[in-house]
Amino acid sequence: MANSPPANDQRPSGAADSEYAVELVGINKSFGAVHANKNIDLKVKRGTVHGIVGENGAGKSTLMSILYGFYTADSGDIFVNGEKVSITDSRHALRLGIGMVHQHFMLVENFTVLENIILGAEDSALLTPSLARARAELATLAKDYSLEVDPDAVVEEVSVGHQQRVEILKALYRGAEVLVLDEPTGVLTPAEADHLFRILEQLREQGKTIIFITHKLREIMAITDSVSVMRQGEMVRTLATADTDPAELAELMVGRRVLLQVKKGAANPGETRLEVRDLVVKDEMGVVRVKGVNFEVKAGEIVGIAGVAGNGQSELLEAVSGMTAPVLGDVIVSGKRVSFHGDDGAGRLRKAGMAHVPEDRQRMGLVTSYEEWENSILGYESDKRYGAGLSLDIPAARNEARRRIEKFDIRPADCRLKTAKFSGGNQQKIVLAREMDRELEVLIVGQPTRGVDIGAIEFIHSQIIAMRDAGKAILLVSVELDEIRSLSDRILVMFDGNLIAEVDPADADERTLGLYMAGVEEPATESDAVAAP
Amino acid sequence: MSYTAILFLLDSSVRLAVPLLLAGLAGLYSERAGVVDIGLEGKMLGAAFAAAAAAAVTGSAWIGLLAAIGVSTAMSMIHALASINMRGNQIISGVALNFLALGTTIVLGDAWFKRGGITPTLSLDQRFGPIELPFVAEAANVPIIGELYVQLISGHNILVYVAFLAVPVTAWVLFKTRFGLRLRACGENPTALDTAGISVYFLRYKALVVTGVLCGLAGAYLSIGQGANFTDNMTAGRGFIALAALIFAKWRPWGLLNTCLLFGFLASLQIRLQGLELPGIGQVPVQAIQALPYILTVVLLAGLVGRAIPPKAIGQPYIKER
Repeated sequence: MANSPPANDQRPSGAADSEYAVELVGINKSFGAVHANKNIDLKVKRGTVHGIVGENGAGKSTLMSILYGFYTADSGDIFVNGEKVSITDSRHALRLGIGMVHQHFMLVENFTVLENIILGAEDSALLTPSLARARAELATLAKDYSLEVDPDAVVEEVSVGHQQRVEILKALYRGAEVLVLDEPTGVLTPAEADHLFRILEQLREQGKTIIFITHKLREIMAITDSVSVMRQGEMVRTLATADTDPAELAELMVGRRVLLQVKKGAANPGETRLEVRDLVVKDEMGVVRVKGVNFEVKAGEIVGIAGVAGNGQSELLEAVSGMTAPVLGDVIVSGKRVSFHGDDGAGRLRKAGMAHVPEDRQRMGLVTSYEEWENSILGYESDKRYGAGLSLDIPAARNEARRRIEKFDIRPADCRLKTAKFSGGNQQKIVLAREMDRELEVLIVGQPTRGVDIGAIEFIHSQIIAMRDAGKAILLVSVELDEIRSLSDRILVMFDGNLIAEVDPADADERTLGLYMAGVEEPATESDAVAAP
Repeated sequence: MSYTAILFLLDSSVRLAVPLLLAGLAGLYSERAGVVDIGLEGKMLGAAFAAAAAAAVTGSAWIGLLAAIGVSTAMSMIHALASINMRGNQIISGVALNFLALGTTIVLGDAWFKRGGITPTLSLDQRFGPIELPFVAEAANVPIIGELYVQLISGHNILVYVAFLAVPVTAWVLFKTRFGLRLRACGENPTALDTAGISVYFLRYKALVVTGVLCGLAGAYLSIGQGANFTDNMTAGRGFIALAALIFAKWRPWGLLNTCLLFGFLASLQIRLQGLELPGIGQVPVQAIQALPYILTVVLLAGLVGRAIPPKAIGQPYIKER
């Protein structure tokens, strides 16, 4: 591992005086077919807090992983303090003074705080002197930055906020001058987030540079000096935080997309089919993601849930469709309360007449190594349509699959083809066909057109509207604002785990919705812990 | 049962515990680094054969020991290649090594020594003989404690002392050195180690070298320490018992010492109980008594251990994305 080569060539303009701690120029990175970073430029001034904002999947974490040497960019240059470097691994990044606090902490859970801090940065082959030095250093750092930790506590037994402080200390102990924080508040309580912001301010005062990744606009306004907006792998714009406002940032994040024209008549709502009462859902980390949500969906209407990705929509979907059990609250389908006892909630909901098109078709909707016809009956394989008793009536199942291929225009029209070989749009149609082509009362659709080409989008939209006109109750969750606006008969806006507004799509322009989605129009609640700048 | 008989039983327990202890410690290094090692059995068997064959040819126990370590470490490196670089299934790689050793030792033994897979019997100076510790003569006159010293502590071969010394050394390495800290991190959360700038692959290789060396000692103990030649499948499942002892000990060196002594005691009790007559039943079949240690292993593992929490990343190949 050689030292970084001398910066003899092609410094970007303005770099010679090393005003910037970090500069990324023309970074590209693809994972298979996904172009996660497209020609990204980013300049971060020394001694500032620089925010990077964007929806989940916008490419923020990938970009920072490239800076930290966890991934290697396909092309592009990295400059640290004006010098061109090629960061090959984390050790190299650490030597250049770049430390990272990952979204999922990189801690060994059954180690003590002290052991975690010295791991990989031990002074000698024996631990005792290293531990002693780290203990002393920790005391100093704790005093300088209010980074209090208990050095002898075992990591898995301390709070998440405490663990995060250990991560920050790990970076500082290694002499980090640039600190990258990836979605640091995602797992924190409001009080812990406040504490974190105080720490960051002190770090800035001491001349450290901080790159702060988030999708929460309020945090950007509260803590950053400048902000870069990313969308779908591209760098949209970099602004001084003082010159912008959350509404503008929300618009940049979500983007003005070409409004798709969907023909639909007026809704004709009937009786209530789906009722959600006081629903509270925690994620795997134990963080409350849905904070007591109430709504209902009537027969013959489409209710859209809008929001910036990561505000609890996924967790809401998973609970309403029976994939996870909520902490509190009820889901009532056609007047019957659904029991979440046991782990077959999704199966019971299906029997109750609910169909679910999950957000992530490859992870939750399909077994991609199956042939198309197998996925076409997945979850309904014990249905009488596909044979009685133990044996599966394979010809009947395949005939059904062929019929659906025709009805939903799935291409290629071959029910024996492996599902992985279908394009994203056609895979989505396989799921839609399976879920819609049956007796049902309530249809739950998550991100129906994510990664789907234009032609398929139109078709999927018209199918959803046809279902509505057939008198089904439809709940639509999407981060695509246009999709929500053009399909929904009512729009509910979700922010920070709450449904904060109900909007009639007729009077919802993008700006109004954007303000709601950014949480700007939200009435003050006790969870408003993030201080104004 | 007389005091001497008890000492005799314990002495035999110690002898039977040693191969388990060495193999268990070998497994500890591997599994603490996150690599499952079901191939302890095969490595021991290969090492036992290499030790006996080399000692028979050269007449030197030390060369036998080197051959054992060499063969066992080479097998460990095959396992490393398969499970670290190739990201293969670690169980399958281990099982394959077990079968490889089982077949190869017999074929080579028959080809080289023409005795149907058994190696020539070694004389006492061609193997590791008992070592008399100092003051044995004086201690023999002291009642109780002296007898214990003479019978139980003194008079074992060098590998026995090495095995028992390896326990505190391993505990120290694991908990007091940089290598140990990284080793434990590697089995718990290799990504954390990687982001701290340490190569997970290289560390796992180092751990598996240690595993190879210790398995070599275990195999050599069987054929040129405790025994005087190699016979086919002479490990007889000890590698698996060692793995069970390791789990029973929750991957801790001192706990491993205790469980190995317990298993050694059960095995030695089994030998003593053969021919036992139970009232009303008559003579208990030898097979039932021989099965006793294994049955107890299953009972202990299933019922008494409580939750043995393995290293979290065990069995998973580490894949660094690029």
